[in-house]
Amino acid sequence: MAAIYSLYIINKSGGLIFYKDYGSSGRMDTNDSLRVASLWHSMHAISQQLSPISGCFGIELLQADTFDLHCFQSLTGYISLLFFFLSKKVTRMIQGTKFFVVCEPGTQHMEGLLKHIYELYTDYVLKNPFYEMEMPIRCELFDINLTQAIQKDRVALLAR
Amino acid sequence: MIGVGKIKQYSNVLDKPLSKGKQEVSLSAFAFLFSELVQYNQTQVDNIAELERRLEDAGYAVGARVLELLCHRDKGNRRETRLLGILSFVHSTVWKVLFGKVADSLEKGTEHEDEYMISEKELLVNRFISIPKDMGTFNCGAFVAGIVRGVLDGAGFPAVVTAHFVPVEGQQRPRTTILIKFAEEVLRREARLG
Repeated sequence: MAAIYSLYIINKSGGLIFYKDYGSSGRMDTNDSLRVASLWHSMHAISQQLSPISGCFGIELLQADTFDLHCFQSLTGYISLLFFFLSKKVTRMIQGTKFFVVCEPGTQHMEGLLKHIYELYTDYVLKNPFYEMEMPIRCELFDINLTQAIQKDRVALLAR
Repeated sequence: MIGVGKIKQYSNVLDKPLSKGKQEVSLSAFAFLFSELVQYNQTQVDNIAELERRLEDAGYAVGARVLELLCHRDKGNRRETRLLGILSFVHSTVWKVLFGKVADSLEKGTEHEDEYMISEKELLVNRFISIPKDMGTFNCGAFVAGIVRGVLDGAGFPAVVTAHFVPVEGQQRPRTTILIKFAEEVLRREARLG
């Protein structure tokens, strides 16, 4: 049984730039995956605002009955949005590139995997001269290395 | 303070021996710089052949300088005059200085007498680069091909040098082959020298 169901990468304006399915139940409809991505983007932004403590960067883990959702926001490349009301600053939001995996409930060590995926993204996507920022990721090397990383994670999971 | 006693004081800066300098640069820094080089050149051209030519020209300037430097540093101001000599110079000395390792293989072309190939499983400049499908056989190794051409040209071995992807059986990624086709005069001279 696959521990990871799917992986999403969304850019800072909420567009889905990468989506991959690892579950056995077949691929999700393209429109649905886009919807999930933008829904998560908005929820993540709202959570920043609703947080009782200041300096919140959004949801990192969402636990449900049938799945866990782990989210990682990139450390750089933020856009900072300021909202004004009657020329007074009312709120500030931070939006970066977000990586999130949907996995089996209780799956461990997802933060490590997400960090590793972020590393692969910085190496094989951002250093590729043919990749345009904020556009869908179509890089062969990224795919190859990602598959390896997920496989390694699965093997490690079985050994545990 | 540790080590202070060991440093000999020179009154004149010209008496100081030249340090060899740091031998390595950050791979990430290089990858970003190279990526920008490719992106900049992409904005200046309207077809892939021209992009390849521009990258090769950029490499040519590097090659010409590398030859000067290495002849001075490693060979005591002498340079190779024979075909196989210069080829092994490129394959080992130049590669080692530029990429930190000797090239994977140096072969003679089977079909033509004037063709030689330097193959590399994973060329350093291609480490992070995926070529989009619509660009066909384009290879950023054109830059390295340019370096090789610069070295050969500077040493008096004019040649046409191109970079190609060659699929390898059982491997997901193709290897890069730098194909060197020497000019006729080089082979004639080589034959005369015996």
